[in-house]
Amino acid sequence: MTGRIESTFQRLEQTGEKALIAYLMAGDPTLADTEPLVLEIEKAGADIIELGVPFSDPIADGPVIQLAAERALRSGTTLRKILPLVKSLRIKTQVPIVLMVYYNSIHAMGLETFCEAAAGAGVDGLIVPDMPPDEAGPLKGPAAKAGLRLVFLLAPTSTADRRTYVAKESQGFLYYVSLTGITGAQIQNMAEVGQNVAKIKKVTKTPVAVGFGVSTPEDAARVSKMADGVIVGSAIVKQIAAHQQVPDMPEKVGQFVGSLKAAMK
Amino acid sequence: MTTVPDSHGRFGPYGGRYVPETLMPALLELEREYATAKKDRRFQAELAYYLKQYVGRPTSLYKAERLGKKLGGAKIYLKREDLCHTGAHKINNAIGQVLLAMRMKKPRIIAETGAGQHGVATATAAAMFGLQCEIYMGTEDIQRQALNVFRMRLLGAKVTGVDAGSRTLKDAISEAMRDWTTNVRTTHYILGSVLGAHPYPMMIRDFQAIIGREARKQIMAAEGKLPDYLVACVGGGSNSIGLFHAFLKDKKVKMVGVEAGGTGIESGKHAARFSGGKPGVLQGTMTYLLQDEDGQINLTHSVSAGLDYAAVGPEHALYHDMKRVQYTYATDDEALAAFDLLATEEGIVPALESAHAIAHVVKLAPTLKKSNIIIANLSGRGDKDVQQVARMRGVTL
Repeated sequence: MTGRIESTFQRLEQTGEKALIAYLMAGDPTLADTEPLVLEIEKAGADIIELGVPFSDPIADGPVIQLAAERALRSGTTLRKILPLVKSLRIKTQVPIVLMVYYNSIHAMGLETFCEAAAGAGVDGLIVPDMPPDEAGPLKGPAAKAGLRLVFLLAPTSTADRRTYVAKESQGFLYYVSLTGITGAQIQNMAEVGQNVAKIKKVTKTPVAVGFGVSTPEDAARVSKMADGVIVGSAIVKQIAAHQQVPDMPEKVGQFVGSLKAAMK
Repeated sequence: MTTVPDSHGRFGPYGGRYVPETLMPALLELEREYATAKKDRRFQAELAYYLKQYVGRPTSLYKAERLGKKLGGAKIYLKREDLCHTGAHKINNAIGQVLLAMRMKKPRIIAETGAGQHGVATATAAAMFGLQCEIYMGTEDIQRQALNVFRMRLLGAKVTGVDAGSRTLKDAISEAMRDWTTNVRTTHYILGSVLGAHPYPMMIRDFQAIIGREARKQIMAAEGKLPDYLVACVGGGSNSIGLFHAFLKDKKVKMVGVEAGGTGIESGKHAARFSGGKPGVLQGTMTYLLQDEDGQINLTHSVSAGLDYAAVGPEHALYHDMKRVQYTYATDDEALAAFDLLATEEGIVPALESAHAIAHVVKLAPTLKKSNIIIANLSGRGDKDVQQVARMRGVTL
């Protein structure tokens, strides 16, 4: 079945564009800020929204997103409150929304309850950074039943065997982690990114998006020539943090997102 | 009982490998390398050599006569892991993993530490083999365990403070995992307890199982029969699983794991996962966790930094559900009383962690007969805690 994620990649392919996937932490700095931010970021050119669910112990994240999670948790953000927010967004936009959520948050709610509620609210897919496909067995059934895509990650350390395995399992798109490290670090070797994406594209037709370490319009421009999508997280979260006191914060963040998208054309 | 874990690192429903993809190849490599090393006689001989000549094994099984007389009831034996080089059982695992790191040609070692015992053991093993070493430690623990921080630095390790979350063991593990994710090609992460993703809980258990193997032989030699009870404290759970493992098939041997009761379960300030937790996933493994209804990890409390952690080893979670091991807790006050008692009755200052096990012995021994035998694991010595206890009592040193 073609969902919002698939139609987005198809539409972009027809116009020769690459997907800009913009990450922000739900509830950063408060949940009330998230809806206007998502709408503004979409207006500025984001093709897919990756919405972070704050977790107390985010092992895959660097300091920028750790601090965002702390702000969101301090303002009382929970997964149960994020889903109604997505539902409210769905009245205003059809932009694909993927949740980046650590496994324990899903587990605490119950896999089936969570998948039904998330899909019901209008979530399109899940990225669970601490759940490799090897551990996804119990989540696959409920996710498939609800129509949620499970997006898996590949890394520079992934072997050929794992490339084939993970590529086969990933739905909607495949998330290539551009660097050996955590979110918000710097890409050390752009050429290696291109080579690894090419290797992945040999074993799958699923679109490949590159994230971790894409922080400037220049990075976005270079990565967009190698992959089907560019994921920007920490750099957007930094903009949100820097402008959290100003009334036109969404517009300021939107301008940055617009500069990323412009560089990719 | 079948052998756990299975090939996916599962202890029943617990365990597994919940990590970012970047680490998966490293964990698979470690699993392969460990499986080969385990069967390699040269590796085993080398490990045995260092455990004997460097660590000082076997550690003694000491009959605590005066403590036994004072409490009444059962005979009490202490497995003296406090006599290991560096003062705790942690070195058994650190030596094993440093030898593995060298097989994998990883020149850099990282580790987390709570009480500082694992950090000291790792820094020690790294120094002895000439490897580069960095230790992550919560800033709250750095305060509590200043002596061990200085020891690690003396041993040439870099000690990096972690200022996130509760600033204790949990946050140190997260930071070490982030370092490992970044430097995985050159670095081996020596996890200190039976936690984290497969193969760590299995491998660390295997390295610590020597405690129980020795104790089993020693008690047979001393008493001609198996003990009635084994008692050990449970933070992550490596000293306890190490003692228990050789006795798991002996159905008549009862086992008690003692968690940190902090200021009491009702107070919410504790680290008793089996009294207040439920299953979930933290730092690579599915196990019992102290968490809220949204799955956020709770802050924990214990007078002992080594037990102050929100999760427990997945093998313990299985034995809890199977009721093979009974899990209970001792409060801060009970542990501190046991700390004093062992010092004055036996001339042994125990680590505050181990004092939790002694606190349970204080409750258990009088309920048993004279012919009954308890073995308690004295997992570490208390030198590192002397400053903290003095401070708590208002004594300036």
